[in-house]
Amino acid sequence: MQILLAAIVALPLLGSAAALLPAPPGLRGRSPEQAVLRHGVTVTGAVLALAVALAAGFDHGHPARMQATTDISWIPALGIRIHLGVDGISLPLLVLTALLTFLCALYSYGSPPRERSTSPKAFVALLLLLEAGTLASFAVLDLMLFFLAFEMVLVPMYFLIARWGGEGRERAALRFILYTVLGSVVMLLGLLLVGIKGGTFDMVALATDNGSKLSHTTQIVAVVAIGLGLAVKAPMWPLHSWLPDAHTAAPTAGSVLLAGVLLKMGTYGFVRIVLPVAPDGAHAFAPYLAAFAAVGIIYGSLVCLSLARSGAKGDLKRLIAYSSVGHMGFVLLGIATLTPTGINGALFANIAHGLITGLLFFLVGALKDRYGTSDLDRLSGEHGAALYGKAPRLGGLLAFGAVASLGLPGLAGFWGEMLAMFGSFRPADGLSRPAYLTFMALAGLGTLLTAAYMLVVVRRVCMGGNGTETAGHKPGTPPVGPLLADVQSYELVSWTPLVALTVLAGLWPAALIGLTDPAVQQLLRGGK
Amino acid sequence: MVPLAGGAIQSVDWLAIAPPTVTAVVALAVLVADLFLPDARKPLLGALSIGGLAVAALALIPLRGGNRSTFCLTGPGTAHACSYTVDHFTLVIQFLVLGGALLTALLSVGAIADAKLPAGEYWFLLLSSAAGATLLPASRDLATLVVALEVASLPAFALVGLRRGDARSSEAALKFFLSSVTATAVTLLGVSFVYAATGTLHLTRIADALTHTDPQLTVLAQTGVALTLVGFAFKTAAVPFHFWVPDTYVGAPLPIAAYLSVIGKAVGFTGLILVAVVAFPSYADVWAPVLAVLAALTMTAGNVAALRQRPDRAHSAVRLLAWSSVGQAGYLLVPIAAAGYADDPGHAIGSTVAYALMYAVVNLGAFAVAALVARTSPEHRITDYRGLYARSPLAALALGFFLLCLAGLPPGIIGLFAKVTVFSAAVDAGLGWLAVVMAVNVVIALYYYLQWTAVLFRPAEGEAPQAVRAPAVLTAAIALAALAGVALSGAPQLVLRFAEGALL
Repeated sequence: MQILLAAIVALPLLGSAAALLPAPPGLRGRSPEQAVLRHGVTVTGAVLALAVALAAGFDHGHPARMQATTDISWIPALGIRIHLGVDGISLPLLVLTALLTFLCALYSYGSPPRERSTSPKAFVALLLLLEAGTLASFAVLDLMLFFLAFEMVLVPMYFLIARWGGEGRERAALRFILYTVLGSVVMLLGLLLVGIKGGTFDMVALATDNGSKLSHTTQIVAVVAIGLGLAVKAPMWPLHSWLPDAHTAAPTAGSVLLAGVLLKMGTYGFVRIVLPVAPDGAHAFAPYLAAFAAVGIIYGSLVCLSLARSGAKGDLKRLIAYSSVGHMGFVLLGIATLTPTGINGALFANIAHGLITGLLFFLVGALKDRYGTSDLDRLSGEHGAALYGKAPRLGGLLAFGAVASLGLPGLAGFWGEMLAMFGSFRPADGLSRPAYLTFMALAGLGTLLTAAYMLVVVRRVCMGGNGTETAGHKPGTPPVGPLLADVQSYELVSWTPLVALTVLAGLWPAALIGLTDPAVQQLLRGGK
Repeated sequence: MVPLAGGAIQSVDWLAIAPPTVTAVVALAVLVADLFLPDARKPLLGALSIGGLAVAALALIPLRGGNRSTFCLTGPGTAHACSYTVDHFTLVIQFLVLGGALLTALLSVGAIADAKLPAGEYWFLLLSSAAGATLLPASRDLATLVVALEVASLPAFALVGLRRGDARSSEAALKFFLSSVTATAVTLLGVSFVYAATGTLHLTRIADALTHTDPQLTVLAQTGVALTLVGFAFKTAAVPFHFWVPDTYVGAPLPIAAYLSVIGKAVGFTGLILVAVVAFPSYADVWAPVLAVLAALTMTAGNVAALRQRPDRAHSAVRLLAWSSVGQAGYLLVPIAAAGYADDPGHAIGSTVAYALMYAVVNLGAFAVAALVARTSPEHRITDYRGLYARSPLAALALGFFLLCLAGLPPGIIGLFAKVTVFSAAVDAGLGWLAVVMAVNVVIALYYYLQWTAVLFRPAEGEAPQAVRAPAVLTAAIALAALAGVALSGAPQLVLRFAEGALL
């Protein structure tokens, strides 16, 4: 088990270095490009297999216990240990990361990233480096290693956006990295404060202390500093402004991983670090976090609604990016209730958002490849894009993603947001109930608005006449207009798992909540 | 050591003083050999110098136990005080200086041949300066300290101005010389005040004496303390003594700019540590806040100026490295300031030492790649680095790695953790505001380091210069720095252990 987890973190790192080397004889494939893309698929596939094996070997009877732990001293001078382990909170995120990265690699194999004059070598190397960083951040149990992993994803993501992205990519990439680094450096100060005052950087030990070694002031300062860094990443309104540009400019694989995995690092940090390590500080700031989260939900959906309007020149990728602000608002609201219900909901919504938004970014990426634009007005024209007619499977999938995203019961999006609101109906002792009821009402309004804009998108993109009837088109002959390829096999392969898991998580939420709940209960009890 | 003849004759521990002595002797040997060698054999001087530096570095090995002293006052009735002490602090800095000088020497071989610099003088001056810099961390009295400082600096002025017939080079040397000499004069004035107030030049005795100075002499002592620190602040290029840096770096031969950015700084902050922490601990409430403010101003000034470099201007790469080195000097000052607040100053000082070691490796590495690029595009523009990855992928990857180390982002793990130690020294000392200023600076610095890194991987514009085969010595220098950086990233403990133990 230990070796399994260590291999999950180390393998992409080695694979990343190997991607830069020339392919060995026998693995050259049709061309160097194909060989390196296949290398990416192989490595991420192996990592996914290991992650699944880890999940299978995980003792589901004791999900609150840290399992597959490794604990080696690395930098004694700073008290940094290579301490790895998974419990019910991190295991689903680990598997989600491995899955999404694998699907991205698969998708890129089918539709190689287009870029001027360079081979996809660097693309694959960066993708694997990114995977190593994200997996590490969910697997490490040492504050400094968490910070290292948190930072490790930045450079690969910067280059993925800046080199393979769309319009305005360099600005967007720079903005992304500067914002996040500012946040994470401030977070580092908080982590150092906790480490110095608490006497250790070990998350398990700190969680067991449950803040008993930290004075109230220290906890407040630490929560502000750490929370700021995590809130930039999550992103929490009003610190989200890096996100829409980055998502819009990023290549498909970049957007999928950014939304599906990177944002989760922020919320995971709240659950894993802030709540158990500085409970007093968390308690003091929970209402503010909840308020920002509620504003974020409303803000995200209002922006989406205005982007979805006809004539607003709204970009579909940007719209989904803003919808992420809203969805992550639910996650943050759930965490801010400080109740098991809310936090379980938050963790569930985390996974659901990863699956659904990942799928949506894949679909929009595919649309953009076909139409050459993701501008909603240009896509839909006057009569709607009529995707149902032109590419029925693509249209169907898009409608499925939209409906899942708006939280239709029976799909993954529903449970997390419902539990988050449910938690906010009865927040933890000592938190102002009226305030939380207001936040709950705002969140409820947010779900309505989400439904509104998602349905507008479906109407404009999937439905509508194809604009040919009015031009004297005779029924019975194939429609003219832009020829549109329906879902290709590589797309089908990389999207089906997401669809299946969305349905599965919607119909059988207990599978996930059964994993997280004991761990969350233990976390809130102070690690005992 | 056995006191001889009532202390009139000091016994000398030759092994302890071997590192600076070997360097100085080789310097003289090079100067003499230069007279007798025909022009065709001049490259031998380079080999001799590199060998000498390596031997001097190897001479550190038998000393690694630490705690040897020589040139001690042994007379009856005097407290034990030595002028030359080899402790762990000394050894680490001497290793840094000699290692840095060795890398500089590797860079210099090509530069001397290309720019037709006078080989004999160049090597002599470089080795002399290195000898002074090696002596400095071991000196434990103000006289030796000032002498070592001047031995390290004076040859550097000449080195900066060595490009004959180049007006920019002479101007740079003059600027450097004038501002440096002014600072030294101020230091000497300070030293004389301190001597007047305490009656001794030995650092440990000054520390004792300052705790009970005559109340009438307090002002004198305070002035002395402040003025002494000024000279060392100049060497670290702290604000407001930083104006000479960019022009001097641009005017100097590239290896000398690299040398100044690393060894020149090491000399400055070593002196600052010795004077502030060893000699003036009782005045910590005076110098610690001043150093904290200086650190904040220095890093901000350096980083903001580096931010404003236009990448298409001539010499922008060197200017950027120059300003960024000012910014880095600010980070180096943070733990020294923190030492003034901490109960255990040795601990905080260790962060500076660890950071300096990291900085020395990656900054020299960056200069080495700059020297490589300058062979085809002597204008030192950042835009010249476009398409470097396509031309020579390894050099581009190495430079990208060095820059990310300087920025403190993974994969430059050692840079990240070196910054973490500095942050932790600041947080530990309760200097929260300084930590926040530094955090903002890290972001500013990231902007320009990252821009440069991104340029490396962009396709070249128009006619790209053809890749030339790098000379073996230069390749060796880059490889050495890159290997050191990667090794340290895998095992940061190698340098970070200095941040935990008491060095002084």
